[in-house]
Amino acid sequence: MTETKNSAIDVKVEKAASVREPSTHAIKIESQNLDFFYGEHQALFDISLPVPERAVTALIGPSGCGKSTFLRTLNRMNDIVEGTRLTGKVFLEGQDIYAPKVDVVTLRKHVGMVFQKSTPFPKSIYDNIAYGPRIHGMKDKNKLDEIVKTSLERAALWNEVSNRLKDSAMALSGGQQQRLCIARTLATDPEVILMDEPASALDPASTSRIEELIFELKEKYTIVIVTHNMQQAARVSDYTAFFYEGKLIERGVTEKLFTNPAEQQTQDYITGRFG
Amino acid sequence: MTEQTTHPELLTPSGKKETRLFAILCATATWSSAFVLIVLLSAVVFKAWGWFDWDFLTSYDSRRPQKAGIFAGLIGTAWMIFFTILFSVPIGVGAAIYLEEYAKDNWLSRLIRINLANLAGVPSIVYGILGVTVFVRAFGVFGDDGHLDSFVGWSISELNFLGVKISLPLGEVVLSGAMTMTLLILPVIIIAAQEALRGVPPSVRHASLALGASKWQTIRNQVLPAAIPGIMTGVILSISRAIGETAPLICLGIAAYVPFAPGGIDSPEALMKQPEGVLQAPFDYFTVIPIQIYNWALDHRSAYKGHAAAGICVLLLSLLVLNGLAILIRNRANRHIRW
Repeated sequence: MTETKNSAIDVKVEKAASVREPSTHAIKIESQNLDFFYGEHQALFDISLPVPERAVTALIGPSGCGKSTFLRTLNRMNDIVEGTRLTGKVFLEGQDIYAPKVDVVTLRKHVGMVFQKSTPFPKSIYDNIAYGPRIHGMKDKNKLDEIVKTSLERAALWNEVSNRLKDSAMALSGGQQQRLCIARTLATDPEVILMDEPASALDPASTSRIEELIFELKEKYTIVIVTHNMQQAARVSDYTAFFYEGKLIERGVTEKLFTNPAEQQTQDYITGRFG
Repeated sequence: MTEQTTHPELLTPSGKKETRLFAILCATATWSSAFVLIVLLSAVVFKAWGWFDWDFLTSYDSRRPQKAGIFAGLIGTAWMIFFTILFSVPIGVGAAIYLEEYAKDNWLSRLIRINLANLAGVPSIVYGILGVTVFVRAFGVFGDDGHLDSFVGWSISELNFLGVKISLPLGEVVLSGAMTMTLLILPVIIIAAQEALRGVPPSVRHASLALGASKWQTIRNQVLPAAIPGIMTGVILSISRAIGETAPLICLGIAAYVPFAPGGIDSPEALMKQPEGVLQAPFDYFTVIPIQIYNWALDHRSAYKGHAAAGICVLLLSLLVLNGLAILIRNRANRHIRW
């Protein structure tokens, strides 16, 4: 049953292959028949969504459609919410991350997350970036320095903060704080980066910096981004998935989904008829 | 001729009088309490004048007013507060961490939370009675005619452990006082620490967890450091209360006249000469500053009124010193948090 679904998606991918040759992307993380409940309330219905490697997958849909909830199932951040329940499977390269023996802490090292509101720790810039490697046992000062530098460089923040690494991270501007949070996530060397509306609280200039950053990061990382901004989804993503009322309505190559959606609901949403 | 205006309501003051009146009322409240405090303090200092000197600080109590001093109370308070902090801070902060970070929200944890607030409101004399029963007398289990004696026909009244003499039951010793004070201030410390932990934004916890930190690492590295200033505020308030508490200690039967220091440590030299006294100190009899003040104030000889006033000065000064220390710790903790 799942196989037919997968092949259906593959067909869609195949059709649009001319645009960015997405068929070369292997599947990095994939949910199968995922149902999710907050207490009695079902928030996700039978979500089967493959996420291609080293590409940006955008999750779009109106508020409360379950896109953020779905994102948080991918690194099990929903585990910390009391009274939630999940059925179905999520595979990270074939490993079911909800299998009984899976260590959530290690999983989150592999699947990093950037939140909507930038959340720097009330520490220095350096300590913010070094926190992840440190808790995973890195003690070598030189290596830490190296990690801090490369992470900040990759997050396009190094030039702005290189001479004030000991300053409080809280003193940075909103856009810088969000790039710091991205750098912090990069420092743990994840394979997948989940972003929950990372630019929704930022001004247009900072937003475009973040978008450029996402574009560069997909060279190395698999990125899943939740956004309520359809232009943003169209700009940064290779694939787009449209959620509505807890269901995955449609998923496909971004250009195709935005220009020629298969479903009427998708068409209505992207043309602004609701949402 | 009146000036023409399109918006006359802009020119009529609204609520200006009430605002001023309210400000005056609030200022009166502030300054009247400050005034009373200043009168009280100056009265005390006036009465203590001539008694408050170095000899007063370094002498034991005496039947002759000229020789009487607060030394026993000073050192007794220091020992008791030391052990009170030692017991109450780890237990209080630990309990708060458990309740806030680990405990599931069920009827039991809710019951505990509600009753913590009730416990904080229990009069201190009640803790005194509890302290007598549990710590001073140990439910009457030990000693001649104790429960052990009457049921088993054998009892024990003293333990000797590594040269430290521990009487059973403990009696009115430093440890009994410290444990009673710990019970007294624990609810306040727990509640203050809970508030401080709740004040740390959830986003900090989520960000740490999302980086692959375990729950313990998140609490240890992010939540606790951010909560320390708030926790310290609770500790400062509680310790101030414990220093001044008299009723529960009177209830415990703390001696008024103690002509020695716990563990025999009455000077730095004595500490160097017999460091093992440190181990004996918690099991020795003691008195505290407020008890000394209480007994001097009750004395019919007028000379002791000056002692009482001087004792109050010492109590206030020790409070200031301890609070200063705590604020120093709080500010140091704040420096590490770079909001």
